[in-house]
Formats: sequence, C-alpha cells, structure tokens
Amino acid sequence: MTATATPARRTAPARASRGLWRDALARLTRNGPALLGMFFIVVFVLAAVLAPVISPYDPIAGSLANRLQAPGTAGHVLGTDLQGRDELTRILYGARISLQVGVISVIMGLAIGGTLGAIAGAFGGAVDNVLMRMVDVLLAIPGILLAIGIVAWLDRGLPQIMLAVGMTNAPIFARILRGSLLALREADFVVAARSIGATPLRLLLRHMLPNALTSLIVAATLALATAIIDVAGLGFLGLGPPDPRTAEWGTMLTDSTKYLREAPYLIFFPGIAIVISAIGFNLLGDGLRESLDPRLRR
Amino acid sequence: MAKYIVRRILSAIPVLFGLSIVLFSFIHLLPGDPAAALLGQHATPELTAKIRQQLGLDQPLYVQYLQYLTQLLHGDLGKSVINNRPVITDFANRFPGTVELTLAALVFAVGIGIPLGRFAARHTQGWQDGVVTVISLFGISIPIFVLGLTLQYVVSVQLHWLPTSGRLDPRTTIPSVTNFMLIDTLLAGRPDAFVDALRHLILPAIALGSIPLAIITRITRASVLDVNNEDYVRTARAKGLTERRVDDRHIMRNAWLPVVTVIGLQVGGLLAGAVITETVFSWNGVGRWVVEAIQDHDYFVVQSSILIFAFIFLAVNLIVDIGYAYLNPRIRYA
Repeated sequence: MTATATPARRTAPARASRGLWRDALARLTRNGPALLGMFFIVVFVLAAVLAPVISPYDPIAGSLANRLQAPGTAGHVLGTDLQGRDELTRILYGARISLQVGVISVIMGLAIGGTLGAIAGAFGGAVDNVLMRMVDVLLAIPGILLAIGIVAWLDRGLPQIMLAVGMTNAPIFARILRGSLLALREADFVVAARSIGATPLRLLLRHMLPNALTSLIVAATLALATAIIDVAGLGFLGLGPPDPRTAEWGTMLTDSTKYLREAPYLIFFPGIAIVISAIGFNLLGDGLRESLDPRLRR
Repeated sequence: MAKYIVRRILSAIPVLFGLSIVLFSFIHLLPGDPAAALLGQHATPELTAKIRQQLGLDQPLYVQYLQYLTQLLHGDLGKSVINNRPVITDFANRFPGTVELTLAALVFAVGIGIPLGRFAARHTQGWQDGVVTVISLFGISIPIFVLGLTLQYVVSVQLHWLPTSGRLDPRTTIPSVTNFMLIDTLLAGRPDAFVDALRHLILPAIALGSIPLAIITRITRASVLDVNNEDYVRTARAKGLTERRVDDRHIMRNAWLPVVTVIGLQVGGLLAGAVITETVFSWNGVGRWVVEAIQDHDYFVVQSSILIFAFIFLAVNLIVDIGYAYLNPRIRYA
C-alpha cells in the first residue's frame, strides 16, 4: 500500500504508520527526558567499557601514603580512598560490575519469569493456576530479603548476585507476560489464526508473544534501574563480590561509612554514580512506555 | 462481601503452605551446619552429632518438615541456635521498632505524596509539574542507603539538627513496655525522651519513605488526571462549582481507588526497605536482625522471620483487597 493518506478535514494530513517499532523509535527520539536517559546510559556504558583507557591507575592496588587525598588533588580529580586508591578509577571500574551484573540479572529474570509467564499465559487453566501460585510465593518474600537469602545460600560471588537479583525480578516479569498473553488469547487475530489450524506453539511464538513483548521491554528497562540499586544494596550489606578489594559501588560505600565526617566525598561520588545510572534507565523506561503506547502520553 | 473475604483468605493458604516448603528446603540447603554454628569453637564431631540429634537434624528431611509444620501450626517458630531464645520472643521485641519506622515512613510518603501529586496534576502545563516529576524521579532512583548516608552527613554531621543513628539517646533509659519508643517514652512520663525518640525517627523515616513517596506522587497525579477528563467533572465545572469543590467532591473521591491500592502495595516494599534502613541507622528492628541471622547462619531465625514477613505482606494485601472490594463493588462479583 502506498502512503497516500487522505487529509482529514481541516487537520494536518494523517501520516502513514511505519510499523509499531519504527513509530515508537520516532516518538522516542522526540522525547526529551528519554534522550537524557539515553545520554546517561551511554556515559555509564562508556565508563564501564573504557575504564582502563580513561584511567592510568589500578582500581585494586593503592599506596597508603596517598590515602584520603581530597578531591581536586593533582592527578586525583575525585580524591583517593582509605587505601590510597584513585576514587574516579574505582567508580569507572565499579560501572563495569554494575552494568555486567545489572544486565545479566535482568536477562536471567526475563528467562525465568518470561518462561513461567509464557507457559501460564499460553495454557491458562490448571497450569496457569499452579505456576501463578508459585509466583505468588516468590512475590510474598520482600525482594531484598530474597536476594540476601539466595546470596547467603549460594555463597558470595558475581554469578550468585546475578541470580539473586534476577530471581527478585522473575516473578514480576512472569506476572506481566502472563497478563498480556491472557488478554491476547481471545483477540481477533489469535482466534483467526487458531481457526485456520495454527498449532499452540506457533500461536504463542508467532502471534501472541510479539504482541505481548512491549510491556515486558518497558518493565525490563525499568528493572535495570532497580537491579543496579539492588546490586549496590547487596554490596552495602556486605554481600557483594567475594574479594573485598573489588571496585563495586555498594561495597565502596560500606567501606566509607566510618569516615563520613573526614571524607564524605567517598559516599557522594559512588552515590551519584548509582543515582545517575538508575535515573538513566528510569527515564528510558518511562520514555519507552510512552512511545510504545502513545495513549499514556500526557 | 463475606463470601469474597472467605475466598480471599482461602486463596492465601496455599501460598503460605508453599512458602513454608520453599523456606524449609532453602534453609536446609544453606551451606554450614546449624549444630556447628551453635557450638562455635567448641565443635567436636561427637558434640555436633549430639546437638544434631537434639535439634532433630538427623531425621529424614520430610520428617523434619512435618515436625516444623506441626510446630508452626501450634505457633511455635523454633529457637535461635545462637542465643537459644524462642524466635517469637526476639521477633516480638524487635518488631515494634520496624513497625514504628515503617509507619513513620508511610505517614511521610502519604502525607507529602498525595498533596504533591494533586498539585502536579493541577499544574500539568506549568513548571510546577516538571519540578514534581523530577522529585519523584529522584525518589525512585536514589537507593535508601545513599539517601540515608547523605541525610546523616548533611543534617546530623554538618547541621547538627538531628541525631545520626539509634532509636534514643544512649544516656536515656526508658522501661520497655510496648517496645514502641514513642509510646514507651510517654508511658514513662518523659516528654523530653518522646521528643528525642521522634527526632531519631525523622531521618530513617525520610530515607525509607522516599521510594513510596515517589510512587504515591506519580499514581496520585495520574489518577487525578484520569478522572479530570471524565464527563461528570466537566459537568460539575459547567454548572459553576468552585474548583475546590470539584476537586474534593468529584475528582478526589474517584481518584482514591488506585491511590489506596498503591499505598497498600508499598507496605511490602517498606518492610524490605527496612532491612537496609535499619542497617544504615543502627535501628534496632527486625530487618537488621534478619541480616545478622543470615550472617550468623541462625537458620530458624531466618526461616521464621521471612515467613512472618511474608505473612504480614499477604495479610496487608488481603486487607487492601478487601478494602478495595468494599470501595468498588464491581470487584466483589468479578
């Protein structure tokens, strides 16, 4: 079909749709807050990827002679920490852990929650009932307690933290996908596909899942913000990476709490890093939600 | 209505039952041995075996589970392997601290979030809405520990306005009656200590309440805007009612439902947030107790406290659902 839209009466000519994703992308690039969010995320990702290029210092080894140098000291823009390590270097390397653990934990959550939600939503009935009661059980345990429990159970380590944070998101993803799929089960195009003999698997994969993904994508983007906060929270509670010298934002904060009076910058800089990356994903998530469902826009 | 309540209570039972199985298996898969943890440095293979027998840990898992379930149904939550006190006693001692903190955070979040959301909705075209949006964005993006430490530094260390941590000045002694510091200080007839307890409560409540504040602000704004577009609101304005009357009688009455639901849902988040808040502010509550129990491998404390947390969470959800059904009859018959 050619894009020869008939002009509506006394209004601007209607623009032909270029498909859900391209329309959404076009709306997203016009959304100021979402662009700001993307900018924060790009800075965050670049910091993580380019950490060794940007900083000449070692994030783990320091010299005690250099400890607690104030921000602005020559060669140490953000000062040095208790062990004389460059604070900026540790924040840059900390971005690596947050990004890595955040992204992988959300992927794990999507894999576990998405599978549960897809099965429950596609089959409905008893399967749905049993799976959703399992999800209810997981949802009844406060997220951070579940994560703390999993790390305590499996011992400290990055894969354990990823799984722990992923498991706190999994029931939420399961609920969202199941809800979208249940709503689609009786949609006209699904009924039509079913009536011409599409198999349940084909119905799920070709017709229902692509239409149910939008809300899951938004939830996953917003979950990245909470994942970064949760990872730092575990670090803050002493359940971070097993090597206490690792540059991880939450662990860096715990190390510095005793020096709140002498060196408050050791709290502020990692804190600002966590907040900016969380704001980035929150803004992008909100922007995606508005772009994918323009009715929500106010 | 009664039928609906019964149905909702019955549906919570399988969840609690499932939770007991999950927690039981979870605890028994934890590395470390409760008997060895109990004995500490004095652990010898013989003593460990004896303690394992006393605790019933030498029985097959299903027998242990059945024993655990029987005890649970009799209200027995087991004993701490560290101090040998019944879990329920320690829980009861520390729970009021968490409730006090959670309620204060909720009051802060609701007391500021709802007016802020209404204010933003009234000025959608103006800069005011932008400012409120930024506040709520920060609210959901600042981790409790970052906000808590920042407040401690600015308000306590620099300005000396409020105390840094704890529930009461360590030099003040108040007899524990209810373990709610605000109530105990009043019962002891010590208004000075009451003010001190209140001053200790402010910073942790703000740190814990920041996320619910942001969420309540957002949902109130969205809900008011939704109702604002309804025909009956336009009619109310068209017949010349004052804006204040339209707001109170026509908009808010209908905008309450989603706001009430979200407030109820925040309780779970607040209980989870209390774990970190209590650690930052050295607050003597259940959250810090659970973290310490996990670090000490105090199995029964972990198992039982998470179960109680979940029970409270489910109970609050149930109350919210029932309240919602009461407010909105369509739910009852769905």
